[in-house]
Amino acid sequence: MNPEIISNLPALQVVIPLLGALVCALLRRGSAAWFLTMLICLIMPVISIYLLVSVLDSGPISYSMGGWAPPFGIEYKVDVFNAFILVLVSSIGAVVLPYARLSVASEIKPEDRSWFYAMFLLCLTGLLGITITGDAFNAFVFLETSSLSTYVLIAMGRDRRALLAAYQYLILGSIGATFYIIGVGIIYTLTGTLNFADLAARIPEIEQTRSILAAAAFIVVGISLKFALFPLHVWLPNAYAYAPSTVSAFLASTATKVALYLLIRFLFSIFGIEIVTDKLALTDILIILSLAAMLGASTVAIFQHDVKRLFAYSSVAQIGYITLGIALANQAGLTGSLVHIFNHAIIKGALFLAVGAVVYRIGSAEIDDFSGLGKKMPVTMGCLLIGGLGLIGVPGTAGFISKWYLAVGAIDAGYIWLVFLLVLSSLLALIYVGRIVEVVWFRDPGPNLDGVKEAPLSLLLPAAAMAAATIYFGIETSQSVGIAAQAVETLLGLAK
Amino acid sequence: MEFSKEIIANYNNWVTIFLMVSGLYIVVARGNMVKKLVGLSLFQTSVYLLYLSPGKILGGTPPIIAEGFTVYSNPLPHVLMLTAIVVGVATLSLGLALTVRINEEFGTIEEDEIFAKGDDQ
Amino acid sequence: MKLDLILRVTTKLLLPFILMFAFYVQFHGDFGPGGGFQAGAMVAAMVFLYSITYGLPAAQNAVPPGLAQMMIPVGVLIYTGVGVYAMFNGGQFLNYSVLTEDAPHAQALGILLVESGVLITVAGTFVSIFYVFAGRGR
Repeated sequence: MNPEIISNLPALQVVIPLLGALVCALLRRGSAAWFLTMLICLIMPVISIYLLVSVLDSGPISYSMGGWAPPFGIEYKVDVFNAFILVLVSSIGAVVLPYARLSVASEIKPEDRSWFYAMFLLCLTGLLGITITGDAFNAFVFLETSSLSTYVLIAMGRDRRALLAAYQYLILGSIGATFYIIGVGIIYTLTGTLNFADLAARIPEIEQTRSILAAAAFIVVGISLKFALFPLHVWLPNAYAYAPSTVSAFLASTATKVALYLLIRFLFSIFGIEIVTDKLALTDILIILSLAAMLGASTVAIFQHDVKRLFAYSSVAQIGYITLGIALANQAGLTGSLVHIFNHAIIKGALFLAVGAVVYRIGSAEIDDFSGLGKKMPVTMGCLLIGGLGLIGVPGTAGFISKWYLAVGAIDAGYIWLVFLLVLSSLLALIYVGRIVEVVWFRDPGPNLDGVKEAPLSLLLPAAAMAAATIYFGIETSQSVGIAAQAVETLLGLAK
Repeated sequence: MEFSKEIIANYNNWVTIFLMVSGLYIVVARGNMVKKLVGLSLFQTSVYLLYLSPGKILGGTPPIIAEGFTVYSNPLPHVLMLTAIVVGVATLSLGLALTVRINEEFGTIEEDEIFAKGDDQ
Repeated sequence: MKLDLILRVTTKLLLPFILMFAFYVQFHGDFGPGGGFQAGAMVAAMVFLYSITYGLPAAQNAVPPGLAQMMIPVGVLIYTGVGVYAMFNGGQFLNYSVLTEDAPHAQALGILLVESGVLITVAGTFVSIFYVFAGRGR
């Protein structure tokens, strides 16, 4: 490749989808917009994998926007941790997009389709931007870019309740972003810098002040609203349930993950582990909230009638696992978190894509309409089953690997009882997945399923790819766990 | 006496905190969707003050090097807040657009009336 | 609607001055307070004023909604276009210094181009928002 392109890859990772979004907004035809979006979504993983490989080979890459050297200008910094997340987000985009063509054609009005793809690319821009940037304020701008486009995408759902869900998310999401920016403002007043690396160097000097604790609290609460930590999750179930199927799948596997990335970045790279564990007592609070999410949200999920809502509550529970690993703050626990960010994205992707295929065929996600569907749509339901097994954490699926590391982390931290609660929460997952399996495979097809065929290939392949990945990363863990472990070493400062 | 001096000396922070808390209160306490958005805007406005007031140095000039001036104000907070204002405007207009659509679909913008229709579950 | 002669004439008299002031703010942004955002808001304000006195259809006849909507991505395209152009001239994204031979001159040129993109986007966005809300009726 051209050396000019290679040296500019970190910027291109964000600029290409941005340009694509603009061109999509100018295009009037939905199919042309889809084609362009597909092209861009295929380029994105190539760039991010290239970045990951070169970071693994030769260390972090720093890119100064506009030629202004950091810490004065905006710096894009790629290290193992965020290259890992970049690969995740861009690959999910590439898997979801082939699925989008038919699914969007059935759910979105023709005149809105090119806008849909423009918003989708803008959301992708924002998510990749949050991940790649090394500047606290730039991260806020991308956070709002992705959030604002997400509100629009959710509001495009067919049900009129999608509007309410989008409004609710807008209010809570904006409060979250404003909390984040208040925290950043306090840090900026204290240190005079916004660059992540520069902040990390200057925060130890002001560690004794109370203001830094207030700033940390604002930032943690703000980001927690964005990734739906248990008591702040009220926007999530409605948003995922009423959004168009493609959007549910894409958001469930990327948006919350990127916010979690930002939290880990702030807690471990910027504030440092001393402030987090000793001064803020954040770990104790996070463990309690994570357990509440794992047990409470799973219990609520059991009683849901709408399968999309059920999986949305299960997402809240799974986010609890990830924050549990963050709260343990030891090597195995944090590795478990990072691996679960990756694995949960794949599992939830498979589940939401499978449910979306059902919505495409029968126009409903009510669990009663699913009865006997296993005989009519065996492949789709097979993907649903594999995803469900992954949620439970059956050995051989990706979910088992991350839970294993979390359990090891809990034992290392001296919390043996946590392992029992992890198992209990998995049993709750068994109940809600079992309920779907019972309806799908052990009941006779109802009259509403007459003439229902297997989903078309372009819906089936992405779902099957995600399901296959669920199995693959449950057996062959050297990539996912290996890279996550390397990222954890730099985060916890063990590499030196 | 010392205490009241400290309050007066930091009056900009008190204004910021008042706006912040009252904005957040309106968002939480009001059921009307437009009023909620007003509260949200107020909440975001408080952030502008939070950034701008420490950036201003009394007697400072714009940061352009010129003879006879040695005290400059920090320009960065202004630039940051220009971006934040744009974000705030975008959020407000998107929220209002959603409110208009909700009014067309449900016939009301009072949250309790919409939930009373049993539509949220 | 009852049309008021004084309002109509005053509006027509004011419009060119508003536009001129908008461009003054735009081009004087290099030397004093101003820039694309403020100028774009003024251009949009001109359309608002015209629409308030002459009615929405007249304003939409002068500035069609399709044009206003198209201005939104076009302005950002100019902005990112400058950035990408710099990227392929050996600089980083949005590094204006490489736009021409002389770096300080190139910085001024880059800012001007980027700000003109901002003007187009801001004006297009505000006018579009105004049209959408005003055209909704009761």
